[in-house]
Amino acid sequence: MTSLQLFFQQLANGLTLGAIYALIALGYTMVYGVIQLINFAHGEVFMVGAYGALSVILLCTAAHLPWPVVLLAAALGALLLCGGLGGVIERIAYRPIRRAPRLNALITAIGMSFFLQNALMLCYGATDRQFPSLIPSVRWDVGGLSFTGMQLLIWGSSAVLMAFLQVLVMSTKLGKAMRATSQDPVACALLGIPVDRIIAITFVIGSALGAIGGLLFGLYYGTINFHDGYLMGMKAFTAAVLGGIGNIPGAMIGGLVLGMLEGLGAGYLSSQWKNVFAFVALVALLLFKPTGLLAERVAERA
Amino acid sequence: MALLSLENVEVGYAQTPVLHRVSLTVEKGEIVTLLGANGAGKTTTLMAISGLLSLQAGTISLETACVVGLTPSEIVRRGIAHVPEGRRILPRLTVWENLELGGYLREDERMLKQDRERMCTIFPILAKRKSQLAGTLSGGEQQMLAIARGLMSRPKVLLLDEPSLGLAPKWVITIFEIITRIHREGVAVLLVEQNTYLALQIAHRGYVLETGRIVLSDTASALANNPHVKTAYLGG
Repeated sequence: MTSLQLFFQQLANGLTLGAIYALIALGYTMVYGVIQLINFAHGEVFMVGAYGALSVILLCTAAHLPWPVVLLAAALGALLLCGGLGGVIERIAYRPIRRAPRLNALITAIGMSFFLQNALMLCYGATDRQFPSLIPSVRWDVGGLSFTGMQLLIWGSSAVLMAFLQVLVMSTKLGKAMRATSQDPVACALLGIPVDRIIAITFVIGSALGAIGGLLFGLYYGTINFHDGYLMGMKAFTAAVLGGIGNIPGAMIGGLVLGMLEGLGAGYLSSQWKNVFAFVALVALLLFKPTGLLAERVAERA
Repeated sequence: MALLSLENVEVGYAQTPVLHRVSLTVEKGEIVTLLGANGAGKTTTLMAISGLLSLQAGTISLETACVVGLTPSEIVRRGIAHVPEGRRILPRLTVWENLELGGYLREDERMLKQDRERMCTIFPILAKRKSQLAGTLSGGEQQMLAIARGLMSRPKVLLLDEPSLGLAPKWVITIFEIITRIHREGVAVLLVEQNTYLALQIAHRGYVLETGRIVLSDTASALANNPHVKTAYLGG
């Protein structure tokens, strides 16, 4: 393998992980956009998605269904489970304290994160759970680089979801209401926009994207553990900040950049240190560009 | 039956009472102005009507239906639009998108598009600026947009909070012309305005609010000649 091949191979591996980061980061950034809350429970919602998908896969494979059907069922199951969970969390944990000082919401988010983590441990046990290898292990060699079916699935599905989200946010009435709510919720209420419902929908969509992230994560690594959500959540949060928190394209770019940095760092230096690269990148960026790569502007008011 | 009526409305922030037994009415086809110094409770009154603040006592009704306890969104649906102080246009949405969201609750897509075109004839400047981000508009243009956006919900009553505040004189005149035009098209207006002189010129009736109480209510011309109003609000 030439040095150029190694570079591109590591880049490709990094982009795979980066796509998963990006899917999770979208949940952080969307929620931050509408209510300026770092939803620390989002990493656990992602894990619920992974475990939910695992349950569906185990059920479906027991019924001997073909793998594409199982995959779709798992995606749908995780999507609905996490979407619902996101909505419920917003309703019972965050809405009652929306007018309280921000610190209260932050503590609530951390508490919700512990709660979900322990709930997962009680339901599924504390040991690693095997994720069935659903995707046929195909491999293509293109110009000395090799790509797996798994990687294509991750790239393809995250690209489709991000394109879908972009269209939703930019051109639908719901998306416009979401952007408007992030700029001035009081003005939105006066226009007749049901602000509470828009915020709840934002949680639902962000959580559903995290759910697909969870499914892809499980398929990619092959084992999942109830506390994986903590580190993945932290990384995705880093990605969201890297891209500029509150900015949707920023979260996508931040996720990919973070994944690439980790991939290259793991390839050239040491894979044991890949978490260090991620957080060093964050610290460095915050030193020189505290607003992130694509800064979301604070609402300017005359 | 008044179109909009407030009866003995009491509102307070935390422990501090702001409005004491405020009663007022706006009839169909009227422009009513609410006068008063800073901190008298004018904005609070409008916020109570549009459901942003909850009442401690009293009732607010539109036509015959009580609107107390409804969400702001439901109140807009009933026919009250509130153009808030400071305009509060959505700066990072385009002028066109701002107008579209003004009609958020309406289902009649075609009529909505027609209304948006109609706004461009009332406010020609908006047609020129339609794909511009609203935050890049001048103060006067933003105020036009804020009023147009309020009208997009097809309200029965329009609440206007300080529409001329901070605007250049030529815009102040335009804004007042627009208000009379809106009124001619059948929308009742409740106007809060620091420019007492102009407000009393276009209004039919007025109320004077002092430290949360209505102290005077009369026709606009009577108020303009009232000695107390003259010294306190019209500069002698």
